Amino acid sequence: MNPARRSLVAGLGELAEYRELLFYLAWRDIKVRYKQAVLGVAWIVIQPVVSIAIFSFLFGRLLKVPTGDVPYPVFAYAALLPWNYFAGALTRGSGSLVGSAGLFTKVYFPRLVIPLSAILGGLVDLGISFLVLIGLMLIYGITPSLLILTLPAFIVLASLTALGFSLWLSALNVRYRDVGHLVPFFVQIWMYATPVVYGTDLIPDRFRPLLALNPMTTVTEGFRWALVGGAPPGSTTSFALVGGSLGLVVIVLWTGLVYFRRTEQTFADVV
Amino acid sequence: MSNVAVEVRDLGKLYRIGRKKSADTLRDAVAAAARGRARRDQEEAERTLWALRDVSFEVQEGEVLGVLGKNGAGKSTLFKILARVTEPTEGQVTVYGRMGSLLEVGTGFHPELTGRENVFLNGVILGMKRRDIERKFDEIVAFSGVERFIDTPVKRYSSGMYARLAFAVASSVEPDVLLVDEVLSVGDAEFQKRCFERMHALSSSGKTVLFISHSMPAVRALCSRAILLAEGRVVDEGSAEEVVARYLRADFEPSSEGTIAPSAPRVGTGEVLLRRAQVLDRLGKPVSRLLLGQPVSILLAFEVRQPIEDAILEAGISTTDGVRVTTSFSNDGGRAPDVLRPGSYEARLDIEPGLLPRSYTLDVGAHHVNRGLTMDFVQGVLSLEVLNESETSGDRHLPNPTRGFVRPSGMWQRPTRVGDSPTEGGR
Repeated sequence: MNPARRSLVAGLGELAEYRELLFYLAWRDIKVRYKQAVLGVAWIVIQPVVSIAIFSFLFGRLLKVPTGDVPYPVFAYAALLPWNYFAGALTRGSGSLVGSAGLFTKVYFPRLVIPLSAILGGLVDLGISFLVLIGLMLIYGITPSLLILTLPAFIVLASLTALGFSLWLSALNVRYRDVGHLVPFFVQIWMYATPVVYGTDLIPDRFRPLLALNPMTTVTEGFRWALVGGAPPGSTTSFALVGGSLGLVVIVLWTGLVYFRRTEQTFADVV
Repeated sequence: MSNVAVEVRDLGKLYRIGRKKSADTLRDAVAAAARGRARRDQEEAERTLWALRDVSFEVQEGEVLGVLGKNGAGKSTLFKILARVTEPTEGQVTVYGRMGSLLEVGTGFHPELTGRENVFLNGVILGMKRRDIERKFDEIVAFSGVERFIDTPVKRYSSGMYARLAFAVASSVEPDVLLVDEVLSVGDAEFQKRCFERMHALSSSGKTVLFISHSMPAVRALCSRAILLAEGRVVDEGSAEEVVARYLRADFEPSSEGTIAPSAPRVGTGEVLLRRAQVLDRLGKPVSRLLLGQPVSILLAFEVRQPIEDAILEAGISTTDGVRVTTSFSNDGGRAPDVLRPGSYEARLDIEPGLLPRSYTLDVGAHHVNRGLTMDFVQGVLSLEVLNESETSGDRHLPNPTRGFVRPSGMWQRPTRVGDSPTEGGR
């Protein structure tokens, strides 16, 4: 309990002891989210179906965004799927500490459990939205290749990106509530800076390096590549830039962890 | 023989106070960064408060330690640090063994979830393993007495059921050191009884308990030792009995002039507001130490807010443990109750309390005589100490708690010799 005696490694070791708490908190979030909604889990399906309909009309029909030979709805949904997971995880993760003030001002457990459980809870939604994707692919008669086995890697990348930013934003949010107002804008801007409703082809060459440095580009392009074919992530820009984006994730994750651990001692006092 | 269970060394906790929340927006942070460093440091000093400072103590294994102190003395901060909810600014705490707390019963309970779901969730939050909860589940539910509703969302529970279930979970945790804040004892009498039983059971099985309470009888009954906190420091430490006595004295210390704050804990309808109570000596000087057998006047200042037809005043003297020793009502001896119009009043009682040397407190009140309704009553407005000295030298009495409280008036007569000793004649 000596403040000087906390190391990052020891903290992570402690986290392992609290894995049951991690799962229970994630389970609670999911359970509570759908318990009182009459349509319950159906919302996970309804929401993307509506967005797909809008996007297909707007970007597919009116703006005729080029999608190769893939039908626009499948093209868009293959990217929207990981994006929605990421956006949800980031939003919940950023607000997680402030939302659980009632818990951590009363009982001790490693505070990292809170943003982690918020992100973990999103995985269930992600799983269910895959059902919509399967439906779409059946409708359009698309059979995925063995590349589908690479999907977990992209899910991990999206999760780590969400976690890195959530660590920073949740801890900042404890002190500065402005963060809570900023996150939705941040997420919205980020979505349009990521090839979700469009493909990389649409972007002029000189902007592509920027696009490639966005780790979520790797995720959405990766999903498309694994599910409906097309160019692997990085092939339209450079693999070095994709590596750079992974490096960015590592940096955000590491500094986020350091900042989180350094400020967590005062969470209970300032929240 | 005994081992240390909790060791607290030079503990300090600095809090920022004042404009904390509003000063903590991004804009203020930017503005503060723009100002000079010296200025910032100065502002900092003005807005901080040591909630705890230089606190050191040890708790032995199996001991039940009472933690006493007025509101704001630092008790809760101490417990938060012990429970690891917040970090100390300086100093160290070492807890040997597993720490559990009954600080916050029902933490993490979610209204939408069923009793069963909440038992697991809450148990895991309190640090239990799922296997342990499964093992104890039936016991927890039986103890809570909500079997029939265990699969109902807890938002449909009565507050009593909710509290019982929450307490059942909290008390199924098996810590080596348990923190108990009396907040939990606000439930009904049955609930309080359970809490106390639980503490008894734990301490008799060798567990260590730290207990925050304002209830002196509870502290005396449950605790072996106690510490007294005042303004963030330990001002007394010792047997529960001693510290309780000290606390009760300290509680009333500043009111030697007897002013009763409007915010003082009082009961009554509020038709009368007691303002001030004083004990005056023969010269009219306020005193808090009385000589043995000294006649005094008790002066009571109060405000009448509504016309009252049947007012009586009360002055009572209690021991520092709250046992009422004697009471004087203004209608004693058949005097008629007072008819009072709104306004400020002073009333005076001339009395020779007739008490043995000891520490006492003064309680004052105003009541309706007809319905027995209390208009205002304040306990312990003043502390009084009856000294072991009288005005006439030679009148002394040994202070000894086993010798009672009351010093009856009257005098022993000299023994008169009424005959020969029977042993003398038998020799």
